[in-house]
Order: sequence, then structure tokens, then C-alpha cells
Amino acid sequence: MAEPPTQVPSNDNSLRQPASWAELLRVFNRMALQGFGGVLPIAHHELVERERWINAQQFVELLTISQVLPGPNIVNFAIIFGDRFFGWRGAAAASAGLLVLPMVIVLALAMAYQHLADWPTVAGALRGMGAVAAGLIIATALKLARALKRNSLGMPTSFALGAATLVMVGFLRWPMVWVVLGLGSLGMALAAWRLSEQRPPTGPSEEPQP
Amino acid sequence: MSASIWFDLHGLAWADVLQLCLHFMLLSMLAVGGAITTAPDMQRYLVAEHGWMSDAQFTAGVAIAQAAPGPNILFVAVMGWQVAGAAGLIATMVGILGPSSIVAVLVGRYRRRRADSLALRAFTAGLAPLTLGLLLSTGWILTAPVRQHGVALALVAGTVLLSVRSKLSPMWLIAAGAVAGALALT
Repeated sequence: MAEPPTQVPSNDNSLRQPASWAELLRVFNRMALQGFGGVLPIAHHELVERERWINAQQFVELLTISQVLPGPNIVNFAIIFGDRFFGWRGAAAASAGLLVLPMVIVLALAMAYQHLADWPTVAGALRGMGAVAAGLIIATALKLARALKRNSLGMPTSFALGAATLVMVGFLRWPMVWVVLGLGSLGMALAAWRLSEQRPPTGPSEEPQP
Repeated sequence: MSASIWFDLHGLAWADVLQLCLHFMLLSMLAVGGAITTAPDMQRYLVAEHGWMSDAQFTAGVAIAQAAPGPNILFVAVMGWQVAGAAGLIATMVGILGPSSIVAVLVGRYRRRRADSLALRAFTAGLAPLTLGLLLSTGWILTAPVRQHGVALALVAGTVLLSVRSKLSPMWLIAAGAVAGALALT
């Protein structure tokens, strides 16, 4: 199901286009190797500021879609980005650039850790890093919570859904399948209802298509 | 390094590896808000239900992937490798990436045709709060092995504060955590 390379519609003439899927592979690999503790801030710098393949608004829109779709955000981002320029070849090149070399590095570190695990200093360092990793994830959730103000569900409903998810999955340890299907369907139904109430009968599109 | 690493399943049967792959495919479709949000269920499945790895191994795997360059999703590769070697790695990575990648391509193409559909907007708005609840659950579960250490809890709290209040690179916080852990959490 190869799709011809899609011309990105844009009114911004200063934007460039990646020359080939090989260039996507190279740039996404460069991004991944700089991304300690998360690739997204690097992605913004490389794609918007350095290569100028998309503008900031397009970046935010792509990111939103990548975050709400199931699967790893940055991989979804790479796939949608790559597919838009070079079809499935672009999607494969961007995600391979992101994953292959870092995976070799991570496995090498994990294997070294298995040999060093009995050394108390290494075990202690890993415990400390684990604590920081937990803190980084909690902090990300708190930062993103500010964006709920603009959610069409409204703050109280959003807060209740988020808290219910934390209790069911985090504290009660229920399997995620049922929680996401149950609470997720409820959230989507409520959002659809609120959106259809807000929507003017012949409202123009709020967001221009990137 | 011999060809046998491809077939050393660490005592699992091929049926277990297939089941592992299928479970991660299911998680792939449920990983709303990033693959890290499936960590609680992976811990339940790999550690509590099957006993294929220990709690300490699990948290170490997540920490190694966070500390290394690249997407944090690579903790899934470490899980697969530790559970069943190269076959386990392929099972977990194909599982966690396959279904969600196909959906991403299809939705990306659909979205280029109609940006403003009610269904797309309801999907985004309705799932956003769950994303945050799952992220908080993941943070909570990752603190499990260190909850009895005061120093570790201080590290968690300090990281949250610094990260929310400043734009300090996560790399520095991870490095600080490693030093503090080597000195005080041995």
C-alpha cells in the first residue's frame, strides 16, 4: 500500500523538505542519540529549528495526535512524520533511526549491569536513578495536567477521570485493559456530547490543516 | 557469541514467548499516552503473575532505559531480553510496536484528509485525563522498591519539584540520582 510522496501543504515558504528517506533515518538517529531522559525536546529543536521541516504549530498538532494514539509517543510521531513525506518507507526509516542504535546501547548497558549488579555501589546508583526516573514521570504528569484546562470535558470531570485511573491501575492494580476500555469509553462519550453541544451548526474549522 | 543465543529462552517454552508477544500486542493498543503507561501492567504480568523476572530487575530495566540515550520505550527491549533472550526481545518489541504503528499510519493518513471531525476531537479530549492517571500510576509503581528508604523518597520529591519548576535537562537529574544512590542507597 505504497502511497506517493505527499507534498506537505504549507503557506510557510521558509520550510524545507527532507531530501530522501535516508536523510530521515540520519536525522532521527541523531535525535535519538542526544535524547537522554526523553527525545521530544530534542525532536523540537532538530525538526523545527535546525532542519525546518515543519513549523512549531505543526509540531504541536503532530505531538497531540501522537500522544493520544496508543503506542510510544515519539515512535508514533516518527511514523506519522515519515509517512507524510515518503509513505511507508519514510515511516520505517524514521522509526528505525530512532530505535536501532539506541537499542544496541541499552542492551549493552543492561548486560553490563547483570555482571555488575552484585557490586553495591552500582546497585545503589541504579536505585537512585530509578527514584529519579519515577520523579520525572510524576513531574511530566503534573506539567501536562495544566493542559486539561482547555479540555472540552472541563476540569472537574477530567480530574475525576484521572484520579479514578490512578486508583484503579496504580493502587488497586486492576488490569489496564478493563480500566481503559471502561473509563476511556466514558471519557470519549462525555467529550463527544460536550463537543456536539458547543459546536455551532455550520462552524468553520478552528484549526487549519497543516 | 554463538547462534544458540537466538534459541536460549531462559527456560521458557516457545508457547510462552508467543503468549508474551500477544500480551504486548494487546498492551500496544492500550498504551494511550505512551508505552511507559503500560509499565504497571507489564510488572503485573512479568513479575507478579508469571515470575519471569524480579521487582528489582524490572525497575533496573526501566532506569537503564531512562538513563541511556534514545526513546524510553526501549525498556521493553530490556524486559524481553531478560525474560527470554533474543526471542523475547523480538516478541516484546514487535508486540509493543506493531499494532500501534499500523494505527498511527492509518490515523495520520485519515487526519490529513479531515482534521476537524467530531470523532477525532472526542477521542483526544476523552482520553487525555486517563493519560495523566496512567503516568501517575507508573511513577507510583516505580517507587515500589525504594519506598522504605528516606533518601530515595527525597530524590523522588526533589526530582518532581525541580522538574516542574525549572527547565533543567533530565540528564542532570538522572546523573545526580546515580551519585546520590551510589553514596546513600547501597
